[in-house]
Amino acid sequence: MTYAIRAEGLVRRFGSTTALAGVDLEVPTGTVFGLLGPNGAGKTTAVRVLATLLRADEGHATVGGFDVDRDAHRVRQLIGLTGQYASVDEALTGTENLLLIARLLGFSRSDARSRARQLLADFHLSDAAERAAKTYSGGMRRRLDLAASLVGRPQVLFLDEPTTGLDPRSRNELWDIVRDLVSDGVTVLLTTQYLEEADQLAGEIAVVDHGRVIAQGTPEELKSKTGGQILAVRPVDPAELSTVVAIAGEVSGATPEVAQTTVTVPVNDPGVLPAVVRRLDAAEIQVAELALRGSSLDEVFLSLTGHRAEQDAPADTELERTPA
Amino acid sequence: MTAATLTAPLAPARRLSLVAGLRHTVTLAWRSLVQIKHNPMELLDLSIQPVMFVLLFTYVFGGAISGSPGDYLKFALPGIIVQNAFFATMTTGFGLNNDLTKGVFDRLQALPIARWAPLAGRILADTVKQAWSVSLLVGVGMVLGFRLGNGVLGLLGAFALLLAFSLAASWISVLVGVLVSEPDKVQIFGFMVIFPLTFTSNAFVPTETMPSWLQRWVEVNPVTILADALRGLLVGGPVAGPAGKALIWGAAIAAIFAPLAVRALKRRV
Repeated sequence: MTYAIRAEGLVRRFGSTTALAGVDLEVPTGTVFGLLGPNGAGKTTAVRVLATLLRADEGHATVGGFDVDRDAHRVRQLIGLTGQYASVDEALTGTENLLLIARLLGFSRSDARSRARQLLADFHLSDAAERAAKTYSGGMRRRLDLAASLVGRPQVLFLDEPTTGLDPRSRNELWDIVRDLVSDGVTVLLTTQYLEEADQLAGEIAVVDHGRVIAQGTPEELKSKTGGQILAVRPVDPAELSTVVAIAGEVSGATPEVAQTTVTVPVNDPGVLPAVVRRLDAAEIQVAELALRGSSLDEVFLSLTGHRAEQDAPADTELERTPA
Repeated sequence: MTAATLTAPLAPARRLSLVAGLRHTVTLAWRSLVQIKHNPMELLDLSIQPVMFVLLFTYVFGGAISGSPGDYLKFALPGIIVQNAFFATMTTGFGLNNDLTKGVFDRLQALPIARWAPLAGRILADTVKQAWSVSLLVGVGMVLGFRLGNGVLGLLGAFALLLAFSLAASWISVLVGVLVSEPDKVQIFGFMVIFPLTFTSNAFVPTETMPSWLQRWVEVNPVTILADALRGLLVGGPVAGPAGKALIWGAAIAAIFAPLAVRALKRRV
């Protein structure tokens, strides 16, 4: 198997903050690899190191077989970067933005024009081609950002939180584009704090917290790590929640969680479900919902880090970027 | 085999040629200049403000300072050109900070282009804008009665000296642009520093009319020196002395601020 991206022991500090505390990654060519973690986990720093924007203090990494530090110029010829921080010029039109990139990449004037026109059409931006990017909607901006990173037909694409702040429709559109790219053979490194996004797109996921990879595997593997399944019980009468919590905890041997009026608890033993049903019946509790389902990545994250991914997200991404 | 791998370069080049870097610089300068098309306010800034200064200073202060607007114009136009040039250098820091905070700089740095091209492109574009403002100022001055004492040669000399000095001074602007957190702060800096700097000079008023403690500063102020050099080149009088001193000032500013700016930029990105 060939790897489009390999990183070994990446460490990066900003003053007294350690943004990367020894990150190893191996991304097979032609796959989508998800870096999942809350804000400030070190995802953006990792992308910036791999995209040659930032030097690691320790460790080394290759992209397309080239060292990101010693052979940065070669790496830059293979990659595309889209994200929170890599953005288009708002003062230019869609066309001008793409022309700029194409000309910088050495396209002739006419090749640059036709590449820009083609990308704008592919990304449904032809109608807005001659408008300044600052007039675009959020979804249009992201599509233009993505188009700009594809001008040079990169082999490796870095998508740093590509759908943060997008509405569900724009987000789905972007996901479709990413899937198309991968079917064309592009390798994608995706960072996201949305568990659903990683689940939808990535073949392999590394969960990052405090600058470390704390778990890695396919979405299915990660889900099975928490004990496989989740038992959910919702009593008809919310007053009986505490009794349900007690039963679920006793039978499963784990600590149940309550979200609104639903009690959830991770279970390993398939015998738990009938046991819980018997106990609920004996206590004469009527249930509105009783289900056994595979655990979501959200629960995976909780069990791995001890905190929820999206709640515990301080807005400290600036920390990752600007050294004190 | 896929479309993506078919078209990708098989053996990416290891290094960039200087010619390629210059090409990137010109492309990036185009980008800064084409922005004006979408933001006509910037053109207004570049054009109306200097013209307004010439008109206001000539007709409001001219009589009081020099006895007549015509005489004052001869004295003040070179000074106004210098003041305008100092303010214009702030455009570089403003644009750079905008690129840094909006993420455009990251996108450019991730491209296989010369590392220095984004900065050089910006400075090149700002030099073009600077040349436009100076041309406009001289043009308006001539309409109002300003006459070139040393012909076209003097004018070209003034252009060259001013652009050389601006290039050096724009390193201050780059440093400010890298250090502050948002573009507006570059403008605030410009106002707080450049405004008093240009007024405590002989750009608008002869040095002799000021208190003696102030005169000592006014005489060494680079604005005074540059204004004197421009008077020599555009109107007549000594050139070599003030022009030499202006170049020394420029070299000193560049020697101090260029390394600081480059270091700050490397730390920030």
